[in-house]
Amino acid sequence: MKKTKTLIRLKDVWKTYYMGEISLDVLKGVNVEINQGEFVVIVGPSGSGKSTMMNQVGALDVPTKGTIFLSGIDISTVTESELAQLRGKKIGFIFQQFNLISTLTALENVTLPTIFQNVPEIIRLEKAQNLLTMVGLGDRMNHRPNELSGGQQQRVAIARSLVNDPEIILADEPTGNLDSKAGKQVMHMLARLHKEEGKTIILVTHDVDLVKYSEKTIYLKDGEVVKIKTNHRATEG
Amino acid sequence: MIKDYFKIPAKEIRRRKMRSWLTLIGIFIGIAAIVSLITLGQGLENAIEKQFSALGKDKLFVLPQGGFFGMGSSELLTEDDLEVISDSSGVKLATGMGYAFARYEFNDLIHYGFISGISTDPEERALVGEAQTWKIGEGRNLRKGDNYKIVLGYEHTQEDIFEKRVELGDKILIQDKEFKVIGFLEKIGSPPDDQAGLIPLDAYAEVFDSGEELGFIIAQTKLGEDPLKVAERVEKNLRNAHDVNEGEEDFDIQTPEQFAETFAIILDIVQIVLIGIASIALLVGGIGIMNTMYTSVLQRTKEIGIMKAIGAKNSHILYLFLVESGLYGVGGGLIGVTIGIGFAKLTEFAFVQAVGPAFLVIKIDWILVLGTLGFSFLIGVLSGIAPARRASKLNPVDSLRYE
Repeated sequence: MKKTKTLIRLKDVWKTYYMGEISLDVLKGVNVEINQGEFVVIVGPSGSGKSTMMNQVGALDVPTKGTIFLSGIDISTVTESELAQLRGKKIGFIFQQFNLISTLTALENVTLPTIFQNVPEIIRLEKAQNLLTMVGLGDRMNHRPNELSGGQQQRVAIARSLVNDPEIILADEPTGNLDSKAGKQVMHMLARLHKEEGKTIILVTHDVDLVKYSEKTIYLKDGEVVKIKTNHRATEG
Repeated sequence: MIKDYFKIPAKEIRRRKMRSWLTLIGIFIGIAAIVSLITLGQGLENAIEKQFSALGKDKLFVLPQGGFFGMGSSELLTEDDLEVISDSSGVKLATGMGYAFARYEFNDLIHYGFISGISTDPEERALVGEAQTWKIGEGRNLRKGDNYKIVLGYEHTQEDIFEKRVELGDKILIQDKEFKVIGFLEKIGSPPDDQAGLIPLDAYAEVFDSGEELGFIIAQTKLGEDPLKVAERVEKNLRNAHDVNEGEEDFDIQTPEQFAETFAIILDIVQIVLIGIASIALLVGGIGIMNTMYTSVLQRTKEIGIMKAIGAKNSHILYLFLVESGLYGVGGGLIGVTIGIGFAKLTEFAFVQAVGPAFLVIKIDWILVLGTLGFSFLIGVLSGIAPARRASKLNPVDSLRYE
């Protein structure tokens, strides 16, 4: 049997929001393990706690209770700065709203994460240019986000997520703002990254159709993991 | 990385042009005021120093205490004092002068201006001319034997004072006494001097009934003598003659250097007060930057969240915002310095037009320019500290959700 390394482990994770005297448990004792090289889809209806779980998995937030291990590091024990460095190195984010910086060109947006990792300029430019060419935007490098279509913007975001060569790609509803053709292109790119480069892909969505790409599907409902389904088929691509 | 800390904020400043300009205005008004005041002040100080050094460093000016060249003072100098000074060790030559405000009448018009009574002895007259930087432009100077003769200031050759120019040989009434015009001085550049007149000291004593009283005394020290040491000796001799103790003198002795120092101190005080006022404008500009930066943090909350998600530390966000506010400061500083120097140069031009060339020369002081730019950058950075800290401490999850 193939030996797999656990990359992310959520152990009895609770997230509670407080609004005055009212408290709301958005995650209730979640236990999940994500292995290196897996394609995981976290699926659930609106209000199931998907986005909150993505924030925990992506080390953007710390749990109210419980522990999260990212590459064996308990994220609640590290400083804010170390957490930021960890995110920058280990995780590439893709958002539903693309979340590009509007004043920067496609090339500058892609190089941005490398600036925070102190990558020398010459290397970062080369990397960013290669990635933009890879996602089919070699001729759009100097365009600003408002000069690009939704699909193109999401491809810039994919290039940005890959620039620090992270182990994990965390995508939050990456097709949510795209038409079906552009959505398909984005999914094919993620599938290819998983298959050819061995990236761990974690995709958060309410769209059950995307489950077909996954090796592991985590079903969330009302803040609880109701089912984890493993699919041993290769991901579609 | 350092380059990027400047590149990203510079793009942000360019994106919001109107807001950026309004922020810059706040800073450059203060900086322009400070730069122009300091530059003009330095120019004036140099001009004054130049004027005084033109008097010659070997001169001593003895004045009655409490008045201005004898006017408005209850104490007066006399011919006896002139003798004491002339006899003091180290003094080569001394001459007394009368100085008063007089009524000039010509062409049935009346004008009030200063008048000086000077010695007609050629050596003494030369000393006065040298000390006062007077030069004859037209006609001749006063000489021995002249009594009711007058040399007039430059403006009398124009039509401004008496609606027609005074000619050589014309008669002019001074305090109702008739004087014959024998010469005109070259333009000096200060209107009170250019509207004044010189008459022989004897005639002055008769017109103003001043007897043996003198407005002030000019002395020239011997070659190789230290003017300050000679001044000390003169002071001691005058104290003895006036029978007063040290510290109770009823006269003042000043060298051109001391005059220049006194003027420089006055000018410095005026400058400090004006710069203080201009600093208030700068403070307001700093608050403007702070306001802009707070607005910027609010508007860019989501961007801050994005940057944090992709690996920016709190310190990265802090530096980006500090550099942005610093750029507002230095940008305002650059414009302010340009306007400030421009204004000072314009003033220099106006001076040249009004009083002739070479009085006020404005030089660009690069240390001042660089210092001001550094200072404005500092103002910007200081104003940005609170907003930048706020930006850096934003929670990435909340920031990403911010619309």
